[in-house]
Amino acid sequence: MSAGAPRGLASSGQKPITEILHPLSAAEETLSPGPDVTVSGGGEKDSGLTNGTPVETSSPASASLLFNRLQLDDDLDGDARDPYASTETRDLFVTVDDPKKHVSTMETYITYRVSTKTTRIEFDLPEYCMRRRYQDFDWLRIKLEDSQPTHLIPPLPEKFVMKGVVDRFSEEFVETRMKALDKFLKRVADHPVLSFNPHLNAFLSAKDLNKRQGLALLTKVGESVKHVAGGYKLRTRPPEFCAMGEYLDTFAQKLGTIDRIAQRILKEQSEYVTELREYGTVYSSWAGSEEELRRPLEGVAGCVTTCCGALEDLSENMSQDFLPVLREYVLYIESMKNVLRKRDQSQAEYEGRLEAAILRKQEDRTPMPVEVEKCQDKVECFNADLKADWERWQSNKRQDFKQLLTGIADKNINHYEKCQAAWESLITLLQEKQTEDKTSETN
Amino acid sequence: MVEKGTALLRKLEINVAEAEKRTGKNTVNMQETYTVYLIEIRPAETVPEGGTPAAPDTLWRRYSEFELLRTYLLVTYPYVIVPPLPEKRAEFVWHKLSADNLDPDFVERRRVGLENFLLRVASHPVLSNDKIFFLFLTEVSNRTHIYTYADSRLKSLSAMFRVKNPDKRFTALKHYSDELNTVISQLLRVRARVADRLYGVYKVHGNYGRVFSEWSAIEKEMGDGLQSAGHHMDTYAASIDDILEEEEHYADELKEYLFYTDAVRSVCRKHELIQYELEMAAQDLAHKKQQKEELATGTVRIFSLKGMTSKLFGQESQEQRESRLATLEQSIREGEETVKEKNAECQEFVRTAWEDIERFKEQKDKDLREALIGYAIMQISMCKKGIQVWSNAKECFNKM
Repeated sequence: MSAGAPRGLASSGQKPITEILHPLSAAEETLSPGPDVTVSGGGEKDSGLTNGTPVETSSPASASLLFNRLQLDDDLDGDARDPYASTETRDLFVTVDDPKKHVSTMETYITYRVSTKTTRIEFDLPEYCMRRRYQDFDWLRIKLEDSQPTHLIPPLPEKFVMKGVVDRFSEEFVETRMKALDKFLKRVADHPVLSFNPHLNAFLSAKDLNKRQGLALLTKVGESVKHVAGGYKLRTRPPEFCAMGEYLDTFAQKLGTIDRIAQRILKEQSEYVTELREYGTVYSSWAGSEEELRRPLEGVAGCVTTCCGALEDLSENMSQDFLPVLREYVLYIESMKNVLRKRDQSQAEYEGRLEAAILRKQEDRTPMPVEVEKCQDKVECFNADLKADWERWQSNKRQDFKQLLTGIADKNINHYEKCQAAWESLITLLQEKQTEDKTSETN
Repeated sequence: MVEKGTALLRKLEINVAEAEKRTGKNTVNMQETYTVYLIEIRPAETVPEGGTPAAPDTLWRRYSEFELLRTYLLVTYPYVIVPPLPEKRAEFVWHKLSADNLDPDFVERRRVGLENFLLRVASHPVLSNDKIFFLFLTEVSNRTHIYTYADSRLKSLSAMFRVKNPDKRFTALKHYSDELNTVISQLLRVRARVADRLYGVYKVHGNYGRVFSEWSAIEKEMGDGLQSAGHHMDTYAASIDDILEEEEHYADELKEYLFYTDAVRSVCRKHELIQYELEMAAQDLAHKKQQKEELATGTVRIFSLKGMTSKLFGQESQEQRESRLATLEQSIREGEETVKEKNAECQEFVRTAWEDIERFKEQKDKDLREALIGYAIMQISMCKKGIQVWSNAKECFNKM
């Protein structure tokens, strides 16, 4: 039984690939392990990365790469109280960008550039640049789910969009979707187990995805893991998994509320801007019938217009950056709940088989069948993987929301700063005129 | 914004210090509740060090008494743009502001408006010398008889009449005043809608406070940060009340000039009336002169009953004719006097009115520019508050 799954934190980096230093350019440091990290040399098959299924092909060499090179992760302010702060070096960097429209006789679709930089030996080359469409990402996700049923797979943005309601080719939509795909891929690439999945390798490096025959065997095995667990009822769920389920339900609820509030704010802001624009035009038209007051009034009209623009920018940012991330987390929660359900199934199956085996043993003294032991292993691995993934998910969630919320705060501050600057320059203008008048009076 | 240039203000310091509710019987012997305002008068000299300021002379007056005073001033000084009173009923309200005359916020703003009115009158080069105004400030007795005289004269101003040769300057002024009235009304209406919407934006943010608090309950490390950020969202939502309260002062400054346009229009109308009376007098004189000419030469160009009947029933005697001629000549002399008087009146009116109009224009430009500066300062203050709150929230988010 492996001692504990890796608990390293690799938060999804947001830097584009071109800005990331190649890992080999950094000096290598000798390892100093954190409290819970299992240090393994080469040759051990159970390096804490794998679960019982033979699907995993993570080689021992890469395991050591992960554990034997330790560097402080820049994103985490060296959190002393966080036991997961001592981490691994990233040696796989992925970015999704550069959307392009493709028009063929059959269909029109968007492709994205998927760039990879890596030092891993599983890859033939250190760099790759492929064009992929949403279908391909979906393929990857399905393959990952099938081949890693005990792990949490990050969600994809919504697959289907109602034609006529949303413009699939509008800049906004494509931009939002691309950011979500980028996040998805980075999360997979940062995951200590998922990132070694051969399907990911194919996705990142193969010219043609659907023609990889070698993976067929692996997917078949994965499917067997999925389908076996039908028909068993769970007795008692361990309390930690109950707690997870409850947390997820409440969290999803709160995110839904925040989504509604944000939408309401957007609505109110939009109506406010409409009125504010009219307000500005009244000052302009007043300026037309005045002499001395013309410039002050036009100044006010100008400031009002600036504030309208600033607010529209803020609203746009909320709907493009804030809301999509919220919604994506709701999808993420659903994925997590699914994994919890699968775990329950797996436990139920084990308990069922165990019970049946015990009864048979009592009857005719047959030894414990291998399947039961395998089930037990499976459950224990599942639990371990899930716990590890949970911790990582919690930690990522914390980072993601910290970033999201500070982002919103920044945008609001930015908006007010713009408005303040506009009004302050108006006052300077008006007061200049005043001192001009005063000096001409005294002369 | 009032200059302290008049003799009256050099002598006295005027305040409308308080407002109180009273109940009493009105003219139809029914109970009513109304508000009275305390006028305080103090001598304007500086108080010596260590000495106590002199106790003010005070008296209570209600809004309707102010109205009577203003009507009196309008009639007595037709060429002056008489400062307006604060509004009788709350108009251009956005939904939160009470339209009730007894609401304490409305009463307070009215108190300020009444004080402003008194100070405007007291700093006017002509109005500040008026005896009735002085008595309004100092004597308790009721001088309603003055005001009833004033009221009847005012009625003639609402009559319809057309002037043959309108004075271009006054026409332009009336036109400007109408435009200003329209644009300020529009501005106040839209401002009220803007205020309403802004209120909505801020208040919805308060919901963040609640949900962050609920969310923080299920979090471990993130809990404190979320909870505190939630409090800041509550603060943000609450801050809009003070912001909009302050903006009402700006609205009041605009309203004063909105009502001022009525006073300007009134001066233009009075000028028209005088002009009309002059034209009528001149027309009347011309008519009489024509009659005299015809009588003297025997030609009848103008129809008159006398002329008609004399044609039909025979000529009048020489005596009769001469007596009529004499009457007519007397009438002409009187008419000439009237025209001279009216002309003088008109010229004097134009001179004094235009003096006051120039004074008013300067005052308006200065006051409105300061109002706009004040408004800009309010906006800056609102921005600073916003930055403060969001910066605080950001700090909390950073600690999550």
